[in-house]
Amino acid sequence: MAEIEIKNIAKSFGNYQALHNINLTIHDQEFMVLLGASGCGKSTLLRIIAGLETATSGEVWIGGRRIDHLSPKDRGIAMVFQNYAVFPHLTVFENIGFGLRMQKLPNAEVERRVHRTAELMHIEQLLKRYSGELSGGQRQRVAVARALAMEPDVILMDEPLSNLDALLRMEMRAELKGVLAESKTTAIYVTHDQVEAMSMADRISVMHQGRIAQNSSPVEVYRNPSEKFVAGFIGNPPMNFLPATEVSKGQWSVAGCQFSGPEAHSGAIDFAIRPEDLSPADTGIAAIAKVVEPLGAHLLVTCDVEGHLFRAVLDSDLALRAGDTIHLAPQQDRIRWFDQNTTQAICLS
Amino acid sequence: MHSRTLPYLLILPVTVFLGVFFLYPFVLVAQQAFTTGAGFTFDNFTKVTTHWKFPTSFKNTLLLAAAVVPVQLALALLMATMVTNMKKGRDLVLYVWTIPLGISDLAAGIIWLAIFEQSGFLNSMMQGLGFIEQPTNLISYQSPMLVFVAIALAEIWRATAIMLVILVAGIGLIPKEYYEAAEVFGAGPWKRFTRITLPLLRPSLSTALVLRVILAFEVFAVVQALGGTLFPVLMGETYKYQFELLNGGAAAAIALIILVISIAATLVILRVLRVPKGASI
Amino acid sequence: MADISQSRSSGRFVYMSGVVLLCAWVLVPLYFLLINTLSSPEAVNAFPKSFIPEFDLGSLTFFANFAGMLSALKNSIFVAAITMILSIVLGAPAGYALSRFEFRGKETFRFLILLTRAFPLPLLALPLAVMFIRTGIDDTIFGLALIHTTLALPFSVLITFSLFSGIPIELEEAAWTLGCTRLTAFTKVILPLVLPGITASAIFAFVISWNEVFAAAVLTIENRTLTAFLLQNLDTSPLHLKFAGGFILVVPALVFIFAVRKYLFAMWGIANR
Repeated sequence: MAEIEIKNIAKSFGNYQALHNINLTIHDQEFMVLLGASGCGKSTLLRIIAGLETATSGEVWIGGRRIDHLSPKDRGIAMVFQNYAVFPHLTVFENIGFGLRMQKLPNAEVERRVHRTAELMHIEQLLKRYSGELSGGQRQRVAVARALAMEPDVILMDEPLSNLDALLRMEMRAELKGVLAESKTTAIYVTHDQVEAMSMADRISVMHQGRIAQNSSPVEVYRNPSEKFVAGFIGNPPMNFLPATEVSKGQWSVAGCQFSGPEAHSGAIDFAIRPEDLSPADTGIAAIAKVVEPLGAHLLVTCDVEGHLFRAVLDSDLALRAGDTIHLAPQQDRIRWFDQNTTQAICLS
Repeated sequence: MHSRTLPYLLILPVTVFLGVFFLYPFVLVAQQAFTTGAGFTFDNFTKVTTHWKFPTSFKNTLLLAAAVVPVQLALALLMATMVTNMKKGRDLVLYVWTIPLGISDLAAGIIWLAIFEQSGFLNSMMQGLGFIEQPTNLISYQSPMLVFVAIALAEIWRATAIMLVILVAGIGLIPKEYYEAAEVFGAGPWKRFTRITLPLLRPSLSTALVLRVILAFEVFAVVQALGGTLFPVLMGETYKYQFELLNGGAAAAIALIILVISIAATLVILRVLRVPKGASI
Repeated sequence: MADISQSRSSGRFVYMSGVVLLCAWVLVPLYFLLINTLSSPEAVNAFPKSFIPEFDLGSLTFFANFAGMLSALKNSIFVAAITMILSIVLGAPAGYALSRFEFRGKETFRFLILLTRAFPLPLLALPLAVMFIRTGIDDTIFGLALIHTTLALPFSVLITFSLFSGIPIELEEAAWTLGCTRLTAFTKVILPLVLPGITASAIFAFVISWNEVFAAAVLTIENRTLTAFLLQNLDTSPLHLKFAGGFILVVPALVFIFAVRKYLFAMWGIANR
C-alpha cells in the first residue's frame, strides 16, 4: 500500500508564497496528474514530495509513514526528470542499474532487473550505449526504466514528455500509461499539457497560484469546472463566458436570449458554454463571425457577441464567411453558471 | 537536511584562508604604511613621494600601462574576431596565440632580451641587412625611448593572451542569431562588430580590462630583465625599499599607492563599461 | 560576379596573412630563445647571431651545473605542487557552494573573491614576510606556497564555480532519488564529470605559482625558487645562463597550456558573469 497524503503543505520563497496549505490524498496505485500553467506551484509540490525541496510547513505521508523529514533516498520514491537527467558518464545499463547498485543488490539481481525494465521500455539493444549516443526519445525511455527498476512505491514525473516532439509525445503517452498501470505503482505526474492530463490521469488536480483549484476525474474537470479559471484553462478552445441578467425567478437573459438558470442568486453571474456544445439554429445567440478557421474535422469560428469574444466549433460542411451573422443554440444540459465576483461555479439543484 | 549550514561549511576554508593570508596582511600593509614607530603619520608617503625617483617611476608605470593596454585590447579584439570566423585550424591557431599565457613575466623579459641585447637578434638582423656595421647597445641611457619600446613590446607579447582568452569566451556567449538578424537588416561586417559584438561584449571587456590594467600597474620582472635600473617603475621601487633599503614602511606606502591607482582604474572601467539592468544577454 | 569573388579572395589573402603574421609574432621570439638555449655559451655571446640553432647542450649543461640552480628548480616544482593541491582542496568546495546554493552572504563572499583579484597580491608578501618570521615558516617552500595559493585561489574558485554550474543540477537530484546521499551523489556522479576540468584548473594554479616572481623573491632567501633565483642573479649572471633559465621556465608552461587549452575558454565564459 502506498497511499500518499499531503497535509497542509505550504512553501514560501522569501516573501513569495508558492504554495498555500495544500491538502491532497493520492490513493494506492492511482495515477494523479498535477496540471497547471508554469509558476502555479505544481513542480514545487512534486519536489517537496520527492524531498528535493523542503516545505515551509506541513506533512507528507507515504504508505502510512511520515516522510517529509527524510532525505530523498529514504522515501521509497523514484523520479523522472524533465530533461531526463541520464548520467552522461555511465552506459544505459549502468544508468538503469544505478539505484540498484546504490542499494548494494547482488549482481545477478541488478542484471535481472535492468534487463526486465529495459525490455519493458524496448531499449534492450541500447544497454551498452552512452547518453550522448541516444535520441531524446531513447533518453526518455532510459529515464523511465531507471525509475521503474527501483520498483518504488511511488513514481514521480516532472513534465517527462515536454521535451519530445508531438508525434513521439503521443506515442510515449500511451506507452507510459500502460507500463505504469502494469507496474501497479502510485504515480504523480506534473504537466502543463491538458491533453496529456486528460488522457493519462485517473484524477487531475488543477493548480492555480499555489492552490488546488479542482481535484476530480478528467471528465468531471472538463464537464463541471469548479471555477472560472478551470473552465478557461481546460479545453481547447476554452469555455465561452457571457454576462447574464435576471429576467424573472430562475430566468436569465443572455445576449438577447432567455435561459433557465440558478434561482435566487444574488450578485452578477456569467453564462458559460463550451464551443463544441453550440450548433447553428434559426433562433439562438446572435453572433457575428470574425474569423473562420477550417480545421479539417470541424470548423472553428471566432465570433463577436455584443462585444464579447465567443467561439464555436461547428460542422466543417457549414458554409460560413467572416462577417456573416449566425444564430447559435447551446445544448441545454451543458450550460454552466459562474458567480462573477467569487468566480466559483453555481450549482443548479 | 543540513542544506542551511552546508554552503557555509564549504566556503569556510577559503574564507579563513583569505582572512589570514589576504585581509590580515592587507591591514598590516596599511598599518605599516601609516606608522614609522611612533603613532599615525604620513611620513612614509612624504618620504617616498618626495624621493627624486618617484615622479619618474610613477610616470613610467602609468605611461607603460597607457601605451600597452590599448594596443593589447585592439590586438585581442582583432585576434578574437579572426578566430570566430575561422573554420579550419581554429584550435591550433588559438593554442599558438595563447602560449604566452603560460609564460612568466620574467621569462618574457629574458626572451625579449635575446632580441634587444647588444649581440642579440635585432642587431644581427640589422647587420645582416646592411643597416649597421657594428652592434650598438640598444638598451642604454642614451636611448630611453628604445628601452621603453622594448619593455612595451615584451608586455604586449606576453599579456595579450589573457585578454584574448576572456574575449573569445565572451564572444562565444553571444548567440549567432543576433548577427544573422543584423545582417538581414543590412549591417555590414564593421557595423556588426561595433553595434553587436562590442556592446554585448561589455562584461567580458570590463573583466579583461580590469585584470589587465591591474597587472599593468604591477609590472616588475619584465622591466627588471630588460631595463634594470634604466626604467624605474613603482613595483621595482617597492622591491628596492624592502630589500636594498630595508625600509618596510616606505615599501608599504608605495604598495598602497599602487593599490589606490588600481582601484581608481577599476572603478572607471566598471563605470564606463557597465551594462544597464536587463540589457545583458 | 568576378569582382565580388576577386575581392573575396583578396580579402581572404589579407585575413590569412594576418593570422600567419600574428602566429609568427608569438612564435618567433620563442624560437630565438630556443636558438640561444641550444647554442654553446660562446655562440650565445658572439655576434652576429646565427638564426639556426647549433644543437649544442653547452648552455644547458652550464645551467644544470650552476650552483643552486637545480635546487631552485626543485623548489619551484614543490611550491607549485603544494599551491596546486591547496588551491583545489580549498577552492573547489567554495566553487561548488557558489554554483549550488543560495545563501545569505553569497554576494559578500563573491565580492571578497573578486577583491583579491583586483588587488596587487604580490604586495602582501611584505607583511607576510614579517608574519612568517614570527611563526617560523619564513624562507620555506610551504610559506611561499601559502601566498601563491592566495594568488591562485580566486581563479580556482571561479573556475570550479563555472565547472559545477555546467553540470545540470537534475543529475545530482536524480542521484539523490536513486539512493545517493549528498556525498555519494557527488563522488559517483559529479566528480567523474568535472574531473577533467578540475585537473585543468589545478594545472592553471600550478602555472600561476611556477611563474610568480615578486613574492618568491621577497619571501625566500636560502630556498630560492627558479624565478627568484634568476631575478636575483639577473645583474651578475652571464647571458647563456639567463637564456637557459628562461627556457626551463617556458617549457612546462607550453606543455600545460596545451593540456588545458580546451578548458581555457569555457573557464572564462561563466567566470565573467
